[in-house]
Amino acid sequence: MNKNIILTGVGGQGTVLASKLLAAAAMKKGLRVMSAETIGMAQRGGSVFSHLRIGDEIESPMIAQGEADVILGFEPGETVRMLPYLKKGGLVVVSNRAVMPVTASLAGSDYNAASMLDYLSEQVENLKVIDTDRAIEDLGSAKVMNVLLLGAAVASGVLGITTDEIMDAIKTRLPEKLWELNRRALEYTESLSS
Amino acid sequence: MHKEFLMGNEAIALGALAAGVNLVCGYPGTPSTEVLETVAKRRTEGTYVEWSVNEKCAMEVAAGAAYAGARTLVTMKQVGLNVASDPLMSLEYVGVKGGMVILVADDPGPISSQTEQDTRCFAAFSKLPCFDPSSGEEAYRMVQEAFELSEKYKTPVFLRPTTRVCHGYADVEVKDESEYSEHKAEGFVKDSKRWVIFPKLSYQAHINIEARNESLSKVFSSNELNVLTAGADNMPQEVGIAAGGISYTYVKEAEKKIGQLRTFKVSTPFPFPEEKAVEFLTGLSKVLVFEELDPVIERALIYVAGKYELPVKIYGKLTHHVQNSGENTRDSVLSAMREFVEGKTTEEGTDKTAPPELPVRPPVLCAGCPHRASFYAVKQAMKGKKTIFCGDIGCYTLGNAMPLDMVDTCLCMGAGLGIAQGVFRTEPDTSCFAFVGDSTFFASAIPGVVNAVYNRAEMTLIVLDNSTTAMTGHQPHPGTGQVMMGVKDPATYSDVTSCVDIEQVLKGIGVTVVETVNPLELETAVETVKRVSDKPGVKAIIFRSPCIALKGAVKPGNHVTVDEDTCIGCGKCIREIGCPALYMDQEKKKVCVDTSLCTGCGLCKSLCPVNAIGGAAR
Ligand code: SF4
Ligand code: SF4
Repeated sequence: MNKNIILTGVGGQGTVLASKLLAAAAMKKGLRVMSAETIGMAQRGGSVFSHLRIGDEIESPMIAQGEADVILGFEPGETVRMLPYLKKGGLVVVSNRAVMPVTASLAGSDYNAASMLDYLSEQVENLKVIDTDRAIEDLGSAKVMNVLLLGAAVASGVLGITTDEIMDAIKTRLPEKLWELNRRALEYTESLSS
Repeated sequence: MHKEFLMGNEAIALGALAAGVNLVCGYPGTPSTEVLETVAKRRTEGTYVEWSVNEKCAMEVAAGAAYAGARTLVTMKQVGLNVASDPLMSLEYVGVKGGMVILVADDPGPISSQTEQDTRCFAAFSKLPCFDPSSGEEAYRMVQEAFELSEKYKTPVFLRPTTRVCHGYADVEVKDESEYSEHKAEGFVKDSKRWVIFPKLSYQAHINIEARNESLSKVFSSNELNVLTAGADNMPQEVGIAAGGISYTYVKEAEKKIGQLRTFKVSTPFPFPEEKAVEFLTGLSKVLVFEELDPVIERALIYVAGKYELPVKIYGKLTHHVQNSGENTRDSVLSAMREFVEGKTTEEGTDKTAPPELPVRPPVLCAGCPHRASFYAVKQAMKGKKTIFCGDIGCYTLGNAMPLDMVDTCLCMGAGLGIAQGVFRTEPDTSCFAFVGDSTFFASAIPGVVNAVYNRAEMTLIVLDNSTTAMTGHQPHPGTGQVMMGVKDPATYSDVTSCVDIEQVLKGIGVTVVETVNPLELETAVETVKRVSDKPGVKAIIFRSPCIALKGAVKPGNHVTVDEDTCIGCGKCIREIGCPALYMDQEKKKVCVDTSLCTGCGLCKSLCPVNAIGGAAR
């Protein structure tokens, strides 16, 4: 069975690390993994995405529309942009915090998270919205939002990968002093529901 | 052997190391950059690696080493090949001794480039064999095969991945270091009949090259990288699909949905595997071709069909069955194939209500980027005057965006200097400025400065020196004095040679006024531009302040604060410089600072008419 995951956000939000952690965890289980990343100019605050595919029947790193099991949205507007990729009944985990593009600030446009989140809740049955400001306050760091979103997706069970497996991947990639914070971020959404 | 999760570019680097590559050089350019960086990180004892000053230098360094029998890899992006084309075109006539692989990454879209040029066409033009991988895994294999082929036929060989292959990741089975081949360079053997190009030698070489390429077409026809897959019994037998590169993987995914057709994967677009193509085309009545950039495979198949009088029609970009620019996608390939085979397009999904309007999100200069300050200083200084601001290639191209709007032209690396001079010749009453980054300065701006001085132009050169090659991910360059040897962690280059001093270079050329300023000291910067640009002849200002992404450039936690009571919500700070760390709180009508982005550069402080912005010690 293939799993197709899209991570989407704005350059600099840490989508690439999240995608790498997932990939490492899947590989450790002996699964085939392919992914595609945005690298280059768009990293300077542009729209970025990762396609991540896990399973034995993959030929291409790219995901087709209507094929994604999960979309991890680091930004509401960017998540709406990638929504055509979600398959019927797929899961969307999304941060509720909008990143205002400079163009919007200049034009005085009223781009805001609310209309995006409304649209998402209209369109997506399986939607998890993360209160990012609150999470940052609870965790005391804005740097682990990527791991937090990942944790929320993992907790849903859709990915077939466990929190511990992601934690193992974190341990091989990040210095020990960051483990504790990352574990809390990873388990954050679960701690909310319990 | 072991498995690693590798980016395509990393796989290419490891493939070259496994082939015992002795020397790797190149110039950074998306999407090729990580190849050389990975070599620097993973190289074995005895592999030399350098960022050369530009692609032409790199090509020549690699050629020299290959003359001396070394296995060499030279890396660049597609537009870099234009810079290196002079040595390349001649090199094919002279040939090499050690294997030489030219890695050129193409960028369909284009995503991070000026052009959608196709290196497969360059291969045909320069008469060099070319491999076109569809995945990192395949590229790993191809680079090793390319070295063998290069040595056997004494010719440089192209490896041409595209962005999705370069930047796609997969778990790839790679050799352990103990399995790497070792290649010993024999050394340069003098032989002027071989290494000195002359018309007579070129005539003879041309004959040999054409003969070799004819036989290579046969060799490639039996190479298993060019794959012919039979169609399934239940599928139309007279319909075929041909594809190359990443598009082939899209075809395979599509065939899982609509059924297996007779399919031809072309991995060696030049010399084209003609015999294999005849085998593919025989019995077919129509073929649809998927490839990005130019219709190379499509044209070759049309040629083969004509030459062998095969009654088959070839469809693709030339017949508008496939879009002729931009990237192919899984979805575009699937729907074109459906239409071709079944006469219908992909069925539409359930119609959804249209999403609310999405914000456009063009890339912007980072918060605190010193280029923002430099552009703003020039803009302030030249207000009301007739000016042209010629830009160049790098992060600073982003200075074109509103509200700075400070890049009137951008063509290719180093072109701004010449363009400024051309405008001056036509409109002498215009104040002509050329902006060039530090890495671009060394790569290709110096002849432009010499030209201006020699021909007595009137212009101001602005060197934006941020001590790195920022756009491509912060590579060192001659001005930094850091080199790639000894590097294991690219964040800490350990070997430092002597720096080439931009100021000295300019003075040596004869630029009379050369001043160096910190652009973040806005007042001094504006005053300098006013004063210097007013002088006659060719003058230069070096704006020196490090890229904020460099280690140590920014003090953590150092950011400005807006005093809510003082801020009158006029939005001048946002309107004037467009720093992404500043935004307007629409309810309170006050400006806010995103403290996770602000570097405390202080530029906005000097703009506020009521001094509401404070903090950030500098
Ligand atoms: S000090 Fe002002 S201009 Fe500089 S990064 Fe912070 S908000 Fe942007
Ligand atoms: S990476 Fe450096 S040079 Fe490029 S926009 Fe950011 S601060 Fe400026």
